[in-house]
Amino acid sequence: MELTTIWFILIAVLWTGYFVLEGFDFGVGMLFPVLGRGEGGADDPDNDGETRRRVMLSTIGPVWDGNEVWLLTAGGATFAAFPEWYATLFSGFYLPLLLILVSLIVRALAFDYRGKVDDPTWRARWDLAIVVGSFVPALLWGVAFTNIVRGVPIDVDGEYTGSLFTLLNPAALLGGLATVSLFTAYGAMFLALKTDGPIRHQARELSLRVGVVATVLVAVWLVVIHASTGSIESWVLTGVAAVLLVAALGQVRRGSEGWGFALTFGAIAIAVVSLFVALFPDVMPSTTDPAFSLTATNASSTAYTLRIMTWVAVLLTPVVLLYQSWTYWIFRRRVSGHHIPTKVAVAARSHRPADRAEIDT
Amino acid sequence: MDALDLARWQFGITTVYHYLFVPITIGLSLIVAIMQTWWLRTRNPEWLRLTKFFGKLFTINFVLGLVTGIVQEFQFGMNWSDYSRFVGDIFGAPLAIEALLAFFLESTFLGLWIFGWGRIPEKLHLGAIWLVHIGTLMSAYFILTANSFMQNPVGYRNNPETGRAELTDFVAVLTNKVQLVTFPHVIAAAWMSGGAFVLGIALWHVWRSATPSDDVSMYRRAARLGALFVLVGGVATAITGDIQGKIMTEVQPMKMAAAEGLYETSPEGAGASFSIITIGTPDGQEERWALTVPDLLSFLATGTLDGEVQGINDLQQQYELAYSDDALTVAENYRPIIPITYWTFRWMIGTGAVAAGLAVAALWALRGERTLRHRAWPWVSVAVILMPMAANSFGWIFTEMGRQPWLVFGVMTTATGVSPGTTAWEVGLSLATFTLLYGLLAVIEVKLTLRYGRAGAEPAPEESLDPSERSDDEPFVFSY
Repeated sequence: MELTTIWFILIAVLWTGYFVLEGFDFGVGMLFPVLGRGEGGADDPDNDGETRRRVMLSTIGPVWDGNEVWLLTAGGATFAAFPEWYATLFSGFYLPLLLILVSLIVRALAFDYRGKVDDPTWRARWDLAIVVGSFVPALLWGVAFTNIVRGVPIDVDGEYTGSLFTLLNPAALLGGLATVSLFTAYGAMFLALKTDGPIRHQARELSLRVGVVATVLVAVWLVVIHASTGSIESWVLTGVAAVLLVAALGQVRRGSEGWGFALTFGAIAIAVVSLFVALFPDVMPSTTDPAFSLTATNASSTAYTLRIMTWVAVLLTPVVLLYQSWTYWIFRRRVSGHHIPTKVAVAARSHRPADRAEIDT
Repeated sequence: MDALDLARWQFGITTVYHYLFVPITIGLSLIVAIMQTWWLRTRNPEWLRLTKFFGKLFTINFVLGLVTGIVQEFQFGMNWSDYSRFVGDIFGAPLAIEALLAFFLESTFLGLWIFGWGRIPEKLHLGAIWLVHIGTLMSAYFILTANSFMQNPVGYRNNPETGRAELTDFVAVLTNKVQLVTFPHVIAAAWMSGGAFVLGIALWHVWRSATPSDDVSMYRRAARLGALFVLVGGVATAITGDIQGKIMTEVQPMKMAAAEGLYETSPEGAGASFSIITIGTPDGQEERWALTVPDLLSFLATGTLDGEVQGINDLQQQYELAYSDDALTVAENYRPIIPITYWTFRWMIGTGAVAAGLAVAALWALRGERTLRHRAWPWVSVAVILMPMAANSFGWIFTEMGRQPWLVFGVMTTATGVSPGTTAWEVGLSLATFTLLYGLLAVIEVKLTLRYGRAGAEPAPEESLDPSERSDDEPFVFSY
């Protein structure tokens, strides 16, 4: 196999890894206002909004950062293996990427900082950052990938010549809605798998309802994409992805959260692979003139660089997969309200007079 | 301002900002790992308290370094697409390896460390923080490999057919002589930064609880450890910086001439002097008064007291001859902005030296069982933290602005690397967004650091942190 083809596959693997992993932590973030509610108070932690939000965060706390590195690696690997693709994509999709960057920044800080000060206003602001910071990338990655696969105006120099509004076409917006709904359902399944108590059952119910919407949207989205650029293989993969999603919902309904999650994981992976299959051998098709399209061959690095990078990828990727899966194994236990520590660090305690008065009485 | 200027401002602002946190992260991860190692060896609860205390401050800093690092990776493509096209064959590889080798290691094992208290065996938990530190070192190595290529391009050829620079020898890129000295220089400066952070906070606590108590002795230990890092790091920074100056004189003589504002070549046998302070015209062209050390520049640049140091004007003429026939390398002016290179070079050395001086003063004041009483100490504790941060910023501003007008020295000018299709409006929006966002985050970060720094170490936990002595269903030791 050509080195450029191998690297096209590796880039597809990295993006697939990114979406099957960060997909559910986007979902958990977007579900904050839905599943993170309740007036239980300290006596009933499983129905207390704040405790529930901390339970939700605890399911992704140890792993979200590692999930996000798949994106950084996909970006870096695209730069190394297909510099032309990296240059055109990142400079062309400028404003959506800016929004994604800002979202990822505030979301990551929110995870780490929201519990650092014991103050409802402080937490509420960071919670908003988590919801918006999860929603925006979940939406925009769908928009971006629809445009990548369907093609955008690119001139003879490989420069993107459209505007922001070129990217916000109906098919791309459909793609955004598809990824948002899919990641929401996926996040709910992850919560059903990783929590216990009332939140687990509510997450399971929710994943079914959102899952039905997601299945329809994803199916229509993939049909729209493949109708213009698809091959037999990509149609078959689309079919498989749809079947897996339906099967996943069936499993969740039967009460098997593990299978439901695993099948959705598979469905997302197959759906992403179908996009890359439809894309190949192009990497950024041009709607201006097919002759201007960036392909795996004309956008690639030299064979020497690709050979070095192949060795690096072959040696390191299995190690990364091993230790990353191992951390999932270590934190495999379900989390429920009573696991969340109630002790507040001295530094986090609120200094506001109103809160002090409360403590005194 | 056009897109080029705005893109340069964005790169400068986001990089300096990112680099406020990175050296502290590198140095502090090592110090926290050492503290935790000593806790497991001695079982002295003070080390556990210090580990958790500085560990929390470490995570507050780490997450900001992390998120601002994502911007760095993306903006090569967003703002510098022609650069990415031209050197991607060489420059992309270290970035991809950095992500695969270092980012995965750091992020996975930091998650394990933060959430692993009481949930994984103690030795494994200790291993996690060491792996985080190793991850930061590898990350530094590969990103500096990429930067060193821009300072001194090696292991490549210009391919006229494809119109780009192509990798011919990856080992040469990894062992670039600029890289081999820059890496230890940066790591030594990171020891100073992390050490000063620990020193400053511990010093403040010693001062505050001026009556002898157990906590004073704990903070005194932490302060000494921090001061040791500042001093060892300071000596190593000076030695590596000296070697770096000589290598830089060889590969980028213009940068070193600009560091002194040496306009005319100082011939062999004459000995070029080095000015500590100069008062001159604002553009740096004319000198009014200067405090100079004879022969020092010759020594810094060449290692001999009378070695030849080329002047800015001669170099400008040479470069005009050598580079004006190619669109990628032609420039009107091959001189960097002299006052900036002149002053940042001095401020880098000066702020670093002040940090080392404060560390010596603190060590002296804390000798034996002494406590601190003078009301200047809180200011010392703040200053000692800020000095290495300032030195790091000045160092990078000197290195990067001293390379101008080049993006890759001798190969490609900065003006030719900017994204051709990106409008000034877009870059301006991006610059404004990041500047405002980073400003806001700085306020939050400083407040959190002060809050946690002031509160001090929590009392030693009464419960055991050994998972074999804990029930599976207990509340977590830590959760978000």
